[in-house]
Amino acid sequence: MALDQSFVGRTYPPTAPYEVGREKIREFAEAIGDANPAYTDTEAAKALGHSDVIAPPTFVFAITFKAAGAVIEDPQLGLDYSRVVHGDQKFAYTRPVRAGDRLSVTSTIEAIKSLAGNDILDIRGEVHDASGEHVVTAWTKLVSRAPEGA
Amino acid sequence: MTAKIAYDEVEVGTELPAQTFPVTRATLVRYAGASGDFNPIHWNEKFAVEVGLPDVIAHGMFTMAEAIRVVTDWAGDPAAVVEYGVRFTKPVVVPDDGSGALIEVSAKVAAKLDDQRVRVDLTATSAGQKVLGMSRAVVRLA
Repeated sequence: MALDQSFVGRTYPPTAPYEVGREKIREFAEAIGDANPAYTDTEAAKALGHSDVIAPPTFVFAITFKAAGAVIEDPQLGLDYSRVVHGDQKFAYTRPVRAGDRLSVTSTIEAIKSLAGNDILDIRGEVHDASGEHVVTAWTKLVSRAPEGA
Repeated sequence: MTAKIAYDEVEVGTELPAQTFPVTRATLVRYAGASGDFNPIHWNEKFAVEVGLPDVIAHGMFTMAEAIRVVTDWAGDPAAVVEYGVRFTKPVVVPDDGSGALIEVSAKVAAKLDDQRVRVDLTATSAGQKVLGMSRAVVRLA
């Protein structure tokens, strides 16, 4: 069933802050096999001009996607998540995510389209730090595949 | 932000050092834990086949994370990446055969922008299939 177009432009309340931990960044960097010292060594990060270790470019997705749950699980929207695949992903940074950041995400439905029975949902997540400064914007395109035989 | 590559030293067409990233079932379990994405299509073969996939597949976000390493290793400072976007075109299929799959990534400078920035276009393939489309990063150089 096609999603309700009137949800386009809807913004969900900002999430409670997520505190970025130094060891969480290390765990993520190790999981992707990336030995860049900017992720694990405070002195190396400082030598690059950062106040603490920074996170890899895609790290923030775990935070923005969890926030997007407010949209995905909105019973009024009625998305069939069991049929959802990740279509596109994009990030635009004002500054890198750093250890110690307390990040809050505001999710907005940017677009809803229906194509060949598939529902396509574009969600924008604006990520701000505790002082209200913009850190990164994440755009996530989700595609809910049409049921077989539909 | 301290990129080790100077804007003036790159041209449109400059190739970044290509890299190949191995991925096994163990890699995916580890990534699931680190990222919090426990979707069973990334570790449970029975479930993956039931939902119509050929086998367990890698997290799209894992592939996205690997591909940008070609750029962050080149630039030195990962914060040089100011924009990064991809389209997930084909899954990376990861068989439980001890060797898994390979993700091969190449990249080149596609445009020189203002403010010391360049656009880098990435190509990521696995088993001969293009796994990322429209894969582009904007990178601020020194």
